[in-house]
Amino acid sequence: MKKMMIILLALGLLAGSALAKRITVKGSDTMLLLGQRWAEEYMKAHPDATIQVTGGGSGVGISALINGATDICEASRPMSSSEKDKLKDRFFTTGVEIPVAKDGVTFYLNEANPVAELTLDQIKDIYTGKVTNWKQLGGEDAKIVAYGRENSSGTYVFVKDNILRGADYSPGTQTLPGTAAVVNAVAKDKYGIGYGGAAYAKGVKQAKVKKDAGSPGYEPTEANVKAKLYPVSRDLYWYVKESPTGEIKRLVDWVLSPAGQSIVTRVGYFPVK
Amino acid sequence: MKRKSRAAEKAIELAIALVAMSTIASILLIFLFVMREALPIFTSLKVQKEASLARFFTTTIWQPVSDWPRYGFAPLILGTFKITFVALLFAIPLGVGAALFTSEFAPRRAKEFLKPIVEILAGIPSVVLGFFALIVLASFLQRVLGYGSRLNTFNAGIALGFAVIPTIFTISEDALTAVPKSLREASLALGADPWQTAWRVTLPAAQTGILASILLGLGRAIGETMIVLMASGNASLFTASVFDSTRSLSATIAAELGEVVFGDPHYNTLYFIGTLLFTMTFFVNLGASLMVDRLKRKLAGKL
Repeated sequence: MKKMMIILLALGLLAGSALAKRITVKGSDTMLLLGQRWAEEYMKAHPDATIQVTGGGSGVGISALINGATDICEASRPMSSSEKDKLKDRFFTTGVEIPVAKDGVTFYLNEANPVAELTLDQIKDIYTGKVTNWKQLGGEDAKIVAYGRENSSGTYVFVKDNILRGADYSPGTQTLPGTAAVVNAVAKDKYGIGYGGAAYAKGVKQAKVKKDAGSPGYEPTEANVKAKLYPVSRDLYWYVKESPTGEIKRLVDWVLSPAGQSIVTRVGYFPVK
Repeated sequence: MKRKSRAAEKAIELAIALVAMSTIASILLIFLFVMREALPIFTSLKVQKEASLARFFTTTIWQPVSDWPRYGFAPLILGTFKITFVALLFAIPLGVGAALFTSEFAPRRAKEFLKPIVEILAGIPSVVLGFFALIVLASFLQRVLGYGSRLNTFNAGIALGFAVIPTIFTISEDALTAVPKSLREASLALGADPWQTAWRVTLPAAQTGILASILLGLGRAIGETMIVLMASGNASLFTASVFDSTRSLSATIAAELGEVVFGDPHYNTLYFIGTLLFTMTFFVNLGASLMVDRLKRKLAGKL
């Protein structure tokens, strides 16, 4: 009996010490791959740390931060003012925003689609339902199948704010759970178009995006994003409630270090500096 | 000694009763919780500015994330019914047909492995069926039927049908097997062939059970989430065509509940959808249970 007690006590202590070092990271599906790579590499370098990374969407991560359910929130869009208000209501802080990587929002096209270049206005018209046939964009006479993300996705909000300029998506936009599902759908659908992070573009074509009809089109490559030539680039963020200290600070510093930023490039995004 | 064992028996009985009661209580509590979260739609003026009963049914647009949020239930309810309709249209003939074959025509050997095999279908996780529909079935159906939108109502309905078939099959088969032998023998003695007997005598005799199986399948189809979320494309269109993408009530909850902050009108609306779904499946399942009950009493000769 006594022995059991001791074992239980030891187990409890072990669990306690493990819990103390565990950091939870939650949010953007776009950044899920990146977050997981960071966690793996960081844990390899610091065997005493435990980092748990989950996705769900930027909105989910921000909600989790507001509800106190995560230490670090990954978001592919800045926090809105109403979200900051909600955080303030609960924790008397508006949070700390740390840009950790850059991304070009990529528009995926099927490889068999003759259309390769789109202007920002054309993309807007596709997703608001004004343009419904590829013929209107110089392609074949076929209906455009527009794929998007659920409204919990940061990319959904980013595209809505920056390309649709606040307008609503057309009700005909098909929403799929996760960027991988969008890429998969476009890869199988000759007349499909979808959006998501550049890192996921496997088996699909990345559309060259033009600022307007007169300007040249650019692919979302590192050089183009860094030189701000690609018109739809964005920062990817980590949010924490207050200035990071201790274990979390060590992690954030490492992510921003050359070692951490080299993983950004490897995953397919672009370093912040 | 004897007294002691009786006391122990009483205690065990009480424990089992408590367990049974706690199951019922927890279901009740879940329902109450879901309802409580939906309540602000009726009580809070702030929420009603965005989401109220009148608003749910006066627009056909579901656009909860917008400068001007609109929560029209029409496309979601229509979507749920469209998918359910396709699923049942696909699953009823197959499920009932397979049950009829298994109970009436299959040799005993075949029967012994047919039933378990169909029942294994029920054990396929719905996310697997959904993934299959997303990757394989959608491309196959599009190639065969040549419609424009790859992920649509029809695709989701067929995939959902696979999930419903085992329910319909198992209960129909039980109902058919339960039809007294004397009925069949009488029919055969009067010169009817086995097919006429199955179609005109056994099937009508088991109709209550078959109807119950269809109702239970309907209940499953209305509430099923993962398959629909993955296979239907989730566009909130308000159209009659089954070849358009569609969004169901259950998939809407699954897709959007993760994002909302507590107390938002959007949050309350999603819980209201939950209440609606719960009520719908409750009554469908209640109807099915009552029918099965009636059938049992009828076969026992008490009706």
